[in-house]
Amino acid sequence: MTTNTPAVDVQTPPTAPPRENYLNCSKGFKSWALTLDHKRIGLMYLIGVSIAFLSGGMFALLVRLHLWEPEGMLFTNIEYNQIFTLHGAFMVFLFVIPAIPGSLGNIVMPLMVGAKDVALPKLNLLSFYLWLIGAVLAVLAIVLGGFDTGWTFYAPYSLYTDRAVVTIGMAIFILGFSSIFTGLNFIVTVHKLRAPGITWFRMPLFVWAIYATAILQVLATPVLGITVLLVAFERLYNIGIFDPRLGGDPVLFEHFFWFYSHPAVYIMVLPAFGIISELVSVHSRKPLFGYKLIAFSSIAIAIISFLVWGHHMFTSGQSTYALFAFSFLTFFVAIPTAIKEFSWVATVWKGSVALNSPMLYTLAFLIIFAIGGLTGVILGALNVDLHLHDTYFVVAHFHYVMMGSIALAFFAGLHHWWPKMFGVMYNEFQAKIACALIFVGFNATFLPQFVMGSRGMPRRYATYVPEYAPYHQASTIGAMILGTGVAMMVIYLIASLLIRKKAKENQWGGVTLDWIAPTPPPHLNFDHEPKVVHEVYDYSTLDYDSMQRDCN
Amino acid sequence: MSHDDHHAVVIPAPGPEFVPHTVAHHFSTPVQEFQAGKLGFWLFLATEILLFGGLFAAYFYFHELFPETFRVGGEQLDWRLGALNTSVLLLSSWTMAMGVRSAQTSQKSKTMIYLFLTVLGAAGFMVIKFIEYKAKNEHGLICFGHLFDGYDMASGQVSWFKDYDGVMAGVPHGHMFFSIYLTMTAIHGLHVIIGAIAIIYVMRGTAMGRYHAGYYLPVDLVGLYWHLVDLIWIFLFPLLYLVP
Repeated sequence: MTTNTPAVDVQTPPTAPPRENYLNCSKGFKSWALTLDHKRIGLMYLIGVSIAFLSGGMFALLVRLHLWEPEGMLFTNIEYNQIFTLHGAFMVFLFVIPAIPGSLGNIVMPLMVGAKDVALPKLNLLSFYLWLIGAVLAVLAIVLGGFDTGWTFYAPYSLYTDRAVVTIGMAIFILGFSSIFTGLNFIVTVHKLRAPGITWFRMPLFVWAIYATAILQVLATPVLGITVLLVAFERLYNIGIFDPRLGGDPVLFEHFFWFYSHPAVYIMVLPAFGIISELVSVHSRKPLFGYKLIAFSSIAIAIISFLVWGHHMFTSGQSTYALFAFSFLTFFVAIPTAIKEFSWVATVWKGSVALNSPMLYTLAFLIIFAIGGLTGVILGALNVDLHLHDTYFVVAHFHYVMMGSIALAFFAGLHHWWPKMFGVMYNEFQAKIACALIFVGFNATFLPQFVMGSRGMPRRYATYVPEYAPYHQASTIGAMILGTGVAMMVIYLIASLLIRKKAKENQWGGVTLDWIAPTPPPHLNFDHEPKVVHEVYDYSTLDYDSMQRDCN
Repeated sequence: MSHDDHHAVVIPAPGPEFVPHTVAHHFSTPVQEFQAGKLGFWLFLATEILLFGGLFAAYFYFHELFPETFRVGGEQLDWRLGALNTSVLLLSSWTMAMGVRSAQTSQKSKTMIYLFLTVLGAAGFMVIKFIEYKAKNEHGLICFGHLFDGYDMASGQVSWFKDYDGVMAGVPHGHMFFSIYLTMTAIHGLHVIIGAIAIIYVMRGTAMGRYHAGYYLPVDLVGLYWHLVDLIWIFLFPLLYLVP
């Protein structure tokens, strides 16, 4: 036939069968429960950590509600201790530590290095199940009487309280091994499974961040393992190491605990840095400013973070020289962190900024993290810390980092890779509203806490003097706004899976391998083994067509 | 899973008594698989050292705090039994190394013999350890029957520390040495048992002909683990038995 045929969309023939991807390549419970596919394991993590986050969030809202009135509204003092301990323990051990490496790291990192899977897929599945066992034990500990020690389990109280400390200790021990195995797996993957052409300095910065995190997970977590084990031994057979009645030293516990838990802060925050590094580049369509500096600053943070644990213990009676050293090193660790912040801002500057929801979360992160980071420097100063130690100022500082920075970066990454993971797009308008609610709610919750903390409101108290009531009430209202924003996010994300509005093949115009892989990726990630010939973040290679085409 | 099969790389078996090894689906070459396994395992060993590192830190701290307790406590241990156990473990490390070497050179029966001797070494170590624990029990230095009875308010002592002979009477917190001794050696003993189970597992694979010159990674890794268990004891022995 030589007559004109009506123009058809040659890219997506309407009759094309859906191509095989990791979500539909096999079916049934077993194909998920026993999967070795890093993307499926990542999705299972995503569901798990999300549930942990929402439960931890509920505990937080209960804490804030209780503090509406100076004499407390909901709980007895003992119950209050349990609720804030549950909030802390769930958020730290079940959400913040595993969230980004377990879910987004698992799904995206092997794609970014062009691998078919992580290096040790069975170990990866084991990590997930260890996480699950840890989570079950944590819930069991609640049933067995709860725990009221705070998430830090400070001796000697954790040795004497009649609550289920051993059970939660075992939960943390097992969760620790989950974290160790994830880190170990990622180190081996980065070293051994990079596709041809992915040199160290062509790795996306999210991979660098995950790699630095993995080093910390492997080297710091065993110390936490032995510490909770020793607390358990102390309770089981009075080993005496931490028990002052038996000649032991509770301050030794603090040293052990923070030797892990300070690096753990960076286990939590480095993956968040990685997400932000990716997102500022993609959504500004500009190569990252200071790529190598950001990469090396991750490693520098990983190293220095092992040397600053004493700044959690300025008031515990260390020698003056130790105090000086820890204070100095604390200032020192702020340098690589500031390098990152400035590099991100410089990346956005004069970029072609697309103000879509992942970028809005990223910009929120940049503002909140500047406050969270700088208040950390304030707390690192010895004389100031003596005044602020154990006040709401500290609470506000670490929530600006853990919730405001890490959780927001997690949300940013979730929105960024959501179309990649599922091939569907959420409602952008609702996403922007939710982001605004979360940003406003978060600041309303924690800015007043800086003020009341600096005026002497101690942390962990179930009641307070009426002078602090306005700050507490502002904080509670903020928490409710924040909760509303998070609830809205959960709803529209789940709705997007039901409505199934197709995402684009390359939704945001990324040029790293995670965006080169088909959307959603097939079981083995790539149709052909990728070979990288250009530098990372080289937007001249961007295939604009893939941004217009619906994914399969 | 079915789609994993089409990229399979297979290492042929060197003889009829062996089976070929299929490289896992996500690796391109056998070398990549071998190196990934090795690197992963070395990292795991690092975590083990750090886990014990906490215990060693506690040892040094309390040794510094109560030197007399550690001196008198250490004298209650039998250095001859400790030295015997050290020799047993060192010998078993040698048999393990020979076992790995035999696996690398596809000598199946030799591998089996060496691995069996290593398990025997592990069992010997545990028997000697049991004898030592039993003596501690008899002298009331570690009463295993009262281990979980808690803290006795009246005597201000832990219930498992009775010290029938009064050897620790003159030193502060006499139980401290023994609680550290018990914890460190018990956790180490647990590693010996886990190591023995791992060796039995690779013996099973060896019997089935899985390991040969082309593929011996599991034997290699179990060997590394066993040497670590040995290495930790090399530190425990002088610190607990000789330094005081």
